[in-house]
Amino acid sequence: MQMARRGAEPAARPGRQDDAVWPPAVDLRDVHKHFGSVQAVRGVALTIGSGEVMAFLGPNGAGKTSTIDMILGLSRPDAGAVEVYGMAPRQAVRKGLVSAVMQAGGLLKDLTVAETAQYTAGLFAVSRPVGEVLERAGITAIAGRTVGKCSGGEQQRLRFAMALIPDPQLLILDEPTQGMDVEGRRDFWKAIRDDAAQGRTIVFATHYLEEADAYADRIVLISKGRIVADGTAAEVKGLASGRTIRATLPGADEAALRAMPGVDGVEVRGDTVLIHSGDTDAVARRLLTQTSARDLEITSRGLEEAFIALTGDGGTGPAGESRAAS
Amino acid sequence: MTAQSTLAAALERKPPPLGGFSPAILRLEVRRLLRNRRTMILALALPVLFFWGFGLNSSYVHETAGHGNVSAAEMISIALYGAVAATATCGAMVSIERAAGWSRQLRVTPLSPAAYVVIKMLTSLVLAAGSVGAVYLVGAVTNKVAMPADLWVITGLCVWIGSLLFAAFGLFTGYLLPSENVTQVIALALTLCSFAGGLFIPVSQFSPDLQTLAKFTPLYGLSQLVHYPLVGGTFQWGWILNLVVWLAIFVAGAAWSLRRDTARV
Repeated sequence: MQMARRGAEPAARPGRQDDAVWPPAVDLRDVHKHFGSVQAVRGVALTIGSGEVMAFLGPNGAGKTSTIDMILGLSRPDAGAVEVYGMAPRQAVRKGLVSAVMQAGGLLKDLTVAETAQYTAGLFAVSRPVGEVLERAGITAIAGRTVGKCSGGEQQRLRFAMALIPDPQLLILDEPTQGMDVEGRRDFWKAIRDDAAQGRTIVFATHYLEEADAYADRIVLISKGRIVADGTAAEVKGLASGRTIRATLPGADEAALRAMPGVDGVEVRGDTVLIHSGDTDAVARRLLTQTSARDLEITSRGLEEAFIALTGDGGTGPAGESRAAS
Repeated sequence: MTAQSTLAAALERKPPPLGGFSPAILRLEVRRLLRNRRTMILALALPVLFFWGFGLNSSYVHETAGHGNVSAAEMISIALYGAVAATATCGAMVSIERAAGWSRQLRVTPLSPAAYVVIKMLTSLVLAAGSVGAVYLVGAVTNKVAMPADLWVITGLCVWIGSLLFAAFGLFTGYLLPSENVTQVIALALTLCSFAGGLFIPVSQFSPDLQTLAKFTPLYGLSQLVHYPLVGGTFQWGWILNLVVWLAIFVAGAAWSLRRDTARV
């Protein structure tokens, strides 16, 4: 298994801005947080640039919510530093630069949908019109309904509408679609994409792999309070499981193939060879230029294997090494 | 607008003044309150019934108390009971908001805890005004309360402002206790304090030991003070001391439990 990498190449990210001029949306420097004897976050270093859509992926109890709480100023790190747009998190919240869709709760049953949004709007110095955000979240039709009578999905849309009210630069969603059915999730993400993905920085925590795969340009995988992988969905998949090259190569020399740099395993089945590698691009280049291999197919083993490999007990070794220090 | 200029403009934003306090929030809080039937019964209907049922019998109407009759003293007592019930219940509503995660949600907005406490205090004062107003209205329309006109205003205002003491108590318990227990605790505390403070039976009718004990309870000082304009007699600084000490205890308790709640996520 390879060491996890930090997504530190700013040029590669769409919408990224010059870090010298603009402070990053989020800057976590060697952040630690414990609750009693439980070490929830152990040395997380993470920079999220403006305009990124980042998924915070990890199993339950990995430290996602603890980290998000610190970004939102709900709690303070025991060690390390947290900055949001170059300022203290609480200050960024007061200016309406950051808002969040929380996991559950956070609503009053005896207010109506519209009143809840009005309440939130009343708290910010600058706010978008209530009618507009309800429309964006697709809950205009139930504006007069009491929150207690709304379904889980409707309540989640209301939380989303509330988060849109300050027109935040950074939107944080903590397990936003937990408990929703497949269709509900699709609709919810459509609403987010329609409104929020226009230049807004989005960070969402999830343990749904397909969600991270489908909606994020960057995935940060966290396990046991540490970042174990950081990159695009394809990079993260490649990290743990590598990819497989399938090629037609009559008379393949198995030993020679094994000796190629980056090759983890070789299987020869008649004229077909299967090569497992963490860097299939380099292997493919060699195959095409230095051998008579043809009909190349490169397949990924999927995020799920990466997730299990990187967050399971077997993944703790590299996790320690990858403790991203900037 | 480019993403950069949008960000630049956003970074220049100012936090809202007054820690996020606004009249719009107060209006919504009052609307919520009016929707809560249990609170309305406790703070409005019950005091009115008490006063109507017990405060207007003919012996009270014909007996003198200071500048008015005993019914006037009863009216002040029951109004104070209703007002503190109103402010305590209002303050304790924060426990429901905590349980619902609303307090946590509010912490991801510019609203400061101090501004929120002010909003809760003002909301509870609105309900307390309703409570005092309802009892005094019954006193006025039944035409059985004898009290100089200026004392209606003075005692009414004293009861109203004085009831803030129990808003602090409500916030204290609301931030301290889980929502399942808070209603019972408030109801029990209110009843005990009202009895001991002489709101239902005058303290002078207690046994000597009980009279001594009553002087240390939270409603004793406030009750004596709001009745003083009507009944007169010797002013005792001990009443002020009682009020100040209990106010300090409740405010400190509310501040402590609020901080404890804010620290925990």
